[in-house]
Amino acid sequence: MSIDLEQFHQVFFEESLENLDVVEQALVEIDVDAAVDAEVINSIFRAAHSIKGGSGTFGFTEVTEFTHLMETLLDEVRDGDRNLTQELVDALLKSCDCLRDWFDCLQTKQPLSTEQSQPIVAIFQAMLNDGDGAASSQTPASADEPGPAQDEVKSHLWQIHFKPQPDILMTGNEPLRLFRQLEQMGKVTVYANVDNIPEFNMLTPDECYISWAIDLETESQKSDVEEVFEWVIDECELTITEASTQQDTPTPKPVSENPDKTPAPTPTAENTPASTKTDPVPKKQQAAKAAAAKPAAANSAASSIRVGIDKVDNLINLVGELVITQSMLSELGNNFDMSKIERLSSGLEQLLQNTKELQENVMQIRMLPISFAFNRFPRMIRDLSVKIGKKVDLQIHGENTELDKTVMEKIGDPLVHLVRNAIDHGIESADDRIAAGKSEQGTIKLDAYHKGGNIVIEIADDGKGIDAEVIAGKAIEKGIIADTNGMTDGQIYELIFEPGFSTAAEVSDISGRGVGMDVVRRNIKSLGGRIDIESEKGKGSIFRVHLPLTLAILDGQLIRVGQEVYIIPLVAIVESLQIKPELVKHVSGNMTVYRLREDNVPIIPINQEFGISSDNTELENNLLVVVEGEGSKVGLLVDDLLAQQQVVIKSLETNYKRVQGISGATILGDGSVAMIIDVPGLIAMSADRIRLNDQEHAA
Amino acid sequence: MAQVLVVDDSASMRNMVMATLSSAGHQVKDAENGQAALDLAKSGSFDAVITDLNMPVMDGITLVKELRSLPSYTYTPILLLTTESAGDKKSAGKEAGATGWLVKPFNPDKLLTTVDRVLG
Repeated sequence: MSIDLEQFHQVFFEESLENLDVVEQALVEIDVDAAVDAEVINSIFRAAHSIKGGSGTFGFTEVTEFTHLMETLLDEVRDGDRNLTQELVDALLKSCDCLRDWFDCLQTKQPLSTEQSQPIVAIFQAMLNDGDGAASSQTPASADEPGPAQDEVKSHLWQIHFKPQPDILMTGNEPLRLFRQLEQMGKVTVYANVDNIPEFNMLTPDECYISWAIDLETESQKSDVEEVFEWVIDECELTITEASTQQDTPTPKPVSENPDKTPAPTPTAENTPASTKTDPVPKKQQAAKAAAAKPAAANSAASSIRVGIDKVDNLINLVGELVITQSMLSELGNNFDMSKIERLSSGLEQLLQNTKELQENVMQIRMLPISFAFNRFPRMIRDLSVKIGKKVDLQIHGENTELDKTVMEKIGDPLVHLVRNAIDHGIESADDRIAAGKSEQGTIKLDAYHKGGNIVIEIADDGKGIDAEVIAGKAIEKGIIADTNGMTDGQIYELIFEPGFSTAAEVSDISGRGVGMDVVRRNIKSLGGRIDIESEKGKGSIFRVHLPLTLAILDGQLIRVGQEVYIIPLVAIVESLQIKPELVKHVSGNMTVYRLREDNVPIIPINQEFGISSDNTELENNLLVVVEGEGSKVGLLVDDLLAQQQVVIKSLETNYKRVQGISGATILGDGSVAMIIDVPGLIAMSADRIRLNDQEHAA
Repeated sequence: MAQVLVVDDSASMRNMVMATLSSAGHQVKDAENGQAALDLAKSGSFDAVITDLNMPVMDGITLVKELRSLPSYTYTPILLLTTESAGDKKSAGKEAGATGWLVKPFNPDKLLTTVDRVLG
């Protein structure tokens, strides 16, 4: 039997991490002063129990021993023998952290450190030794059984008396199977005592009336024989005695091993030999034990995704429909004539529908509920509010809103930063809140919802709001802006995302970790999203993060320059317009700007940037697509605006190499390849070119 | 070979038990809690059931009781997967009508010998 247990490790790690999330969430919700819901305790217990069971099976002893302590304590709480104290909740929360680290180590095959676990173990042990709970067992569950002493191989003759209770068959225990097992140990002779079988009309067919006397000649120890009867020992009379192997006529003399049971009846001389076996079955199980533990060199940290079976079923359904449509079309194609054109076009219509549905459903597979990202916040807010002495209530909404897995992984840290900021800078201290006529406890609301093909994540607090004057003053002091003339409050709030901006007078260790809001915004932008702020002084602030649903598909505007088709991400486009010559201005060097209301927008001719030809090099009446990237607006000069459509992004780097100004490529309906323009990259490229030109002019 | 139903809320445990039993030629189906197992058991037929004790929705003990009340599962071997070394879970299981138990942690060999024991 060679089963490589390592193949189950990854699932076990994922499952255990999920279980830890369950434990943590449940613990955070517990209010030790109030009555705790039994089901909450049960779910914590179950999670710890699962981790223990799995880790034992897969050989992670440290984890087993550690979770055994957790489980023992939780079991006592569950049975009402122990009170759930704040100390216990805290220690259990720390255990989650410790186990998470351990699983990280196990996944990367690093040794486990006991530095973190030791103090927790000490707390657990102290609690268990304390009279508070009936400390039942402190010895970690061990896989080893006491095992028989390895004395020299010696043949025994075991005389077994076995009288099962009548209902033994009803538990699925068939005496014949027990005898077969004994047979594997050696030579078995079975005598059946049929005295107790009643008259036929009195007989209940599923009751067992027979008792047995069994002689077993074997090298096995008594404990091995007892193990065979392990499952039925409480439902039968069983005696196992040793007779000398030389004895020819076995006379079972039962010595009762169960004194609380009725004494065993004296066997009579009418024992009928039921079966005699002289040929002991070879111990094939033993031979099979040569299981080689094959070390798998598989990448254990390979990222995987767990998908609901309903999503997979949906896909299978859709593929089924696609196959039907395909076979219909291919039949149509076999003997096609113009009379079938109607059916062809309806078939193609159906194909379009199938493909669209399939695409949507495939995308669904990568989608996870945002609760994966939100789950860490209750714990974090609990810890933070204790640390800085602010009372904060966290409200979470829309946790079932789904988001692409990759986006989810990347948005986690920015969200943490925003929430930390809300507690640190948004929510006032309890005294200030009371003075402002608010409740002592501050509120942070997390919300996620869909809006126009995007997902919006809101982080709202009811704190002091952002003071535009303070921000403006700071920005001027730091030299980020010269003055606030003509700036709206909204534009002033945006300044907090500028590099080098920090309003906290002293850097606290909560939100000030050397990472500013500029990094938050950069991360969000790299996901193709944006962030905006709404704030009212004294009432609170709302940070809204807008994210694309997925990174694999992009809403694009197709444009044409000369013979080439490019795609501009729709999210980057501000507006498209026809150039009015009177609004074009030439500034320094060969830089051209376009007057767009109050803004002067630099014009970037795409043909020059990419070195291709274009229909019309004159600006007059040409088309300008105004795009925004990294906070600055530019106008891209194009020959034609084509369709808007969703495109599947193919990486240029994996297929070719990185090209500045291009973020990827896609394949269009006619099979041709179109490049997707990287707006910030193109702006940087153009700035370089102009600077170079200027230098040449100056030279 | 035998049809076996494996019931455990832990996917890794289920996977491991299923892979082990399949490798020995058994046909295996799985369920993640007692209720799901009961539904499967009613709609199909199994030669043996292996179930965990602690599960959401319906625990192992309840599952054993429910199965035993069905005529087609009166004599079917039902094994409990248990980590409890204490006897109370075992006796509760026995009382409900379980055939025997398999103490976690176990290795694939132990699992197979135990299953062979009840399949005869």
